[in-house]
Amino acid sequence: MADIFHGAAWLQYALGGLTIGAIYALVALGYNIIYNVTEIINFAQGEFVMLGGLFGVFYYQTCGLPLGAAVLCAVATVGLTGLLLERYVIRRARHATVLSMIIVTIAFSILLKGGAMLAWGKDPYRLPAFSRAGAFLWQGVAVQPQALWVLGISAVVVGVLTVFFRTSFYGKAMLACADNADAARLVGIPVRTMVLLSFGLSAAVGAVAGVAICPITLMEYDRGALLGLKGFGAAVLGGLGQFYGALVAGIVLGLAESLCAGYVSSGYKDAVALVLLMLALFFKPEGLFGSKEAAGLKRF
Amino acid sequence: MTYREKTGFFALTIFLAVFPWIAGMSRSFGHYIDVMIFAGIFCLVTLGLSLLMGFAGQISLAQAAFFGIGAYGSGILTGHFHWNPWAALLTSAVTAAAVAWIVGVPALRLKGHYLAMATLGFGVIVHIVMNEEVDWTGGPSGLGGIPGMSLAGRKISGDAAWFYLIWAFVLAVFLFSRHVLHSRIGRALRAIHDDEKAAEAMGVPVSTLKVQVFVYSAVLASVAGSLYAHYVSFLSPGSFDLMWSVRFVLMVVVGGMQSLWGALVGTVLLTFIGNEWLQVFADFEILVYGGILLVMALFVPQGLVVWLDALVRSKARPVSTPSDGGS
Repeated sequence: MADIFHGAAWLQYALGGLTIGAIYALVALGYNIIYNVTEIINFAQGEFVMLGGLFGVFYYQTCGLPLGAAVLCAVATVGLTGLLLERYVIRRARHATVLSMIIVTIAFSILLKGGAMLAWGKDPYRLPAFSRAGAFLWQGVAVQPQALWVLGISAVVVGVLTVFFRTSFYGKAMLACADNADAARLVGIPVRTMVLLSFGLSAAVGAVAGVAICPITLMEYDRGALLGLKGFGAAVLGGLGQFYGALVAGIVLGLAESLCAGYVSSGYKDAVALVLLMLALFFKPEGLFGSKEAAGLKRF
Repeated sequence: MTYREKTGFFALTIFLAVFPWIAGMSRSFGHYIDVMIFAGIFCLVTLGLSLLMGFAGQISLAQAAFFGIGAYGSGILTGHFHWNPWAALLTSAVTAAAVAWIVGVPALRLKGHYLAMATLGFGVIVHIVMNEEVDWTGGPSGLGGIPGMSLAGRKISGDAAWFYLIWAFVLAVFLFSRHVLHSRIGRALRAIHDDEKAAEAMGVPVSTLKVQVFVYSAVLASVAGSLYAHYVSFLSPGSFDLMWSVRFVLMVVVGGMQSLWGALVGTVLLTFIGNEWLQVFADFEILVYGGILLVMALFVPQGLVVWLDALVRSKARPVSTPSDGGS
């Protein structure tokens, strides 16, 4: 039976799908964090991922920092961008309609994309893998150590965020803001600070996805929109606001995309995740793991 | 129409009638007529979009895709199959309507703004199809050799003829949209905009109306795309990507989404900015667009037309008493 696995093309595709799926899951987490606190959908989420990768390259190559430090600096810088977005843009539009909020985040995403194009140009950039070990064979399939890094990092981020929101003081306070901002304020939760934190945290998680994938797929200024859209697909498919759901849905999208690229058509691989997103929106808007009742209460 | 609107519409018609003649007089402004043709084509898209955004309160990020369905539909039907351009235009518009209905019905039945994401995803899918179906669309290298159009047995040639054809479409659509807004449907849309739940309680079929407006906007975008295809006679997927959908949204936001005049003003202004004045910026263009969109959405959410209108009125009548608020 072991022969089915050994060196099979599908196993190689599945491994690639698992890796990229973990990235979609991280992007989906970014949406979920902001959604959980503010019920805003941030259309600039994909740009945070792009910026994460490019700032990683900036700190590593241009500033000459060691790789670990460069990664941390990149995540911190993008997290700061998220804070700035909330403090100077979102807060001003606080009382605007949902429509203007969408327009504002779209505008911010265009600014980030244009700024990245000015700063880094249109070429793709690569970071070295996080560990020096070369690719190795497992069951006749080539495994890049960076893929394992991506999977590990995603699992850790999902775990930490779940624990944070379920058990920690700050996490619970943040969730309370989404439930009912006025009630949260009445019991003494500084709602504004919590919203600010959620944007910073979400941007940082996006940046983690960006630096982690950069050694495998490279990063360029215009990758944000598609990554963001696929990540949103994972967020919806997993049930908006659900962390484990996002992880599973992200991996499902990644696998579907990778298998399509391998067996059907590589040109249409980007469409797979989007078609799944639309099917999810149309037929199961509460997601695979969200409950219908909870979806009815959501104000998105 | 109010007196002001009548005057405005009359002035616009006169302006459009003499524009090719005035622009033709000066060598340095001669190409403005070409810019105005594009502005007219984009106006068809944004008139529909402004109904969707300003009155139905929904945003579509797929207008470039519907524009592309019209353009490639016309391009393929007339180029490959030698259809009559007008038949191709109609067929493409019907296709766009059907597609918009399929996308719109489930998305608009959901609460809030799922339509934004659904249309964003749909727009990207259409763009991928344009790039991949090389046998039909020519893929990234484009689709050329699209024939021109003729009307009443006469071939439309020369910039002036195209100008009058396109702007005749724009004026007709403007009048029709205005008529719709002042009918039962328009009042229902305004009720939805003010309070969706209250409108629904009063018996307004909220989601049906939203779908109808979405389909209407898609049909207009498709017709604009067909005219565009015949005017430029060459299509490439780059003209129908996400950035173009954002540009259409920007045109509506700049002019003001709650007035059809806003769509016209915003579209003409941004087409001139894009085609004429931003050429110096080249790659910076995207930053300028993002900046304008952000500033408008944050500080002038009502758009230039309403903002200027209010400014002029407050200057004209500096002392206003609360009692004349209703007049």
